[in-house]
Amino acid sequence: MIVVLPIAALVWESKKDGAHTFWQVVRSPEATAALKLTLVAAVIVALVNAVFGTVIAWVLVRDDFHGKSLVNAVIDLPFALPTIVAGLTLLSLYGPHSPIGVDVAFTRTAIVLALCFVALPFVVRTVQPVLHELDREMEEAARSLGASEVAVFGRIVLPNILPGILSGVALAFARAVGEIGAVVLISGNLPYRTEVSSVFVMNRIESGDSAGAAAVAVVLLVVSFAILLGIGGLRFLVTRHERHA
Amino acid sequence: MRRFAPRFVALGYLTVILLAPLAMVFWRTFEHGLSPFWHSLSSQETLHAFQVTLMITAIAVPLNTVFGVVVGLAIVRRRFPGKGLLNAFIDLPLALSPVVVGLSLFLLYGRTGWFGSWLTRHGVQMLFAWPSMALATIFVSVPFVAREVIPTLRELGDEQEQAASTLGASPWQTFWRITLPSIRWAVVYGVVLTTARCLGEYGAVAIVSGRIVGKTETATLLVQDSYERFDATGAYTVGLVLAAIAVVVLVIMTLTKPKESTA
Repeated sequence: MIVVLPIAALVWESKKDGAHTFWQVVRSPEATAALKLTLVAAVIVALVNAVFGTVIAWVLVRDDFHGKSLVNAVIDLPFALPTIVAGLTLLSLYGPHSPIGVDVAFTRTAIVLALCFVALPFVVRTVQPVLHELDREMEEAARSLGASEVAVFGRIVLPNILPGILSGVALAFARAVGEIGAVVLISGNLPYRTEVSSVFVMNRIESGDSAGAAAVAVVLLVVSFAILLGIGGLRFLVTRHERHA
Repeated sequence: MRRFAPRFVALGYLTVILLAPLAMVFWRTFEHGLSPFWHSLSSQETLHAFQVTLMITAIAVPLNTVFGVVVGLAIVRRRFPGKGLLNAFIDLPLALSPVVVGLSLFLLYGRTGWFGSWLTRHGVQMLFAWPSMALATIFVSVPFVAREVIPTLRELGDEQEQAASTLGASPWQTFWRITLPSIRWAVVYGVVLTTARCLGEYGAVAIVSGRIVGKTETATLLVQDSYERFDATGAYTVGLVLAAIAVVVLVIMTLTKPKESTA
């Protein structure tokens, strides 16, 4: 009732005027630019998060220093913080009146930065438990047999935490594709330049073009479904591997 | 030196992207002293925006808590057709853009929507009023309680529940005496996450609320509105209050999380 019905209404609205109109909207230069920007930004964010998320998870599990538990708690902050406030915080440091002289407001860099902020916890939180469970004896064995640190990480640690990284990356990607609150203030929403798909949808609704909004929204919906399917598939593969082991 | 490299990379990244900007907001809010902060905080508009936000949260959180526990129980303990589908749909709001959620509700309850025309004839205003805002907020925060309850229920097993019912407890008694006490920390954790999400919802509410100042404007909408009117202090004030709530949420999360795993 709450979830399925509204989505049905959305799909129906986008199909109402026929598939031709749907493609016309999606292929229009502004919509294409917005979708392309969103997907490219989301890919960059997913990659950045894969690398830094893994490093942070590694540090939280294997390293030891004062204030580690505080750092561990802070990771969840982007989940707890309203996204519009996330945008505001970034704008206060990296915006027009930046005290350190870095002004990225209204650029594509700003979009990536904002998305990195909101997607930060995903990879950390999926990799951390796996890394925690990982048996260190394998690594010790490899080391005693003369493997270098790089080889130990690449051959033993990475294959084990890869499913965790991938599902974290998928969630981060989904989040980055759909995010609006963090982006809307800092990107400036210039059509063709810094207007992401979700902002495009919102602008179309506000100008009364609900068919146009629905068409791009359906594309976003399909992306979300694909990601959920991907995560489900990944989970299935991982558990099957465990069942055989 | 090489041993410390990951630590510096991790902490450096966190500082650049998370901690430094947050510190900056704090500083910006109190840049001109306390009085502008108080002035914008006690303005009619700010107070009303927080009232709207709190009301929506007060509607969405209890509903989603009950729903989350019921769905969690259904998915773990029962077998029924469409269970896999339900399980998948629970996760959908996590992967879906809030804008898409807002637009879906907009189309459903708008003047030409499936329900909209019927509701308009009966004098019920959904869109640009609190009912649709509550619905949007419920939609985006549906998964949190269920997602926390499901793994806990799985781990718990149903032996205790079966023992209770063999000893003559009614399903209702079993639930209140056995099931609920064992999953309580998972529920608390889920409720905290739900609350955080409800307070901070922006995209979906922005679309269905119509952003009528003094009527349907929530705290998050006010942040954007103030910033775009060049009232930076106003934006930072509301932003800081929301951030402070986020920190409180974070503290509760940290406190409830370990208890849940040892229980």
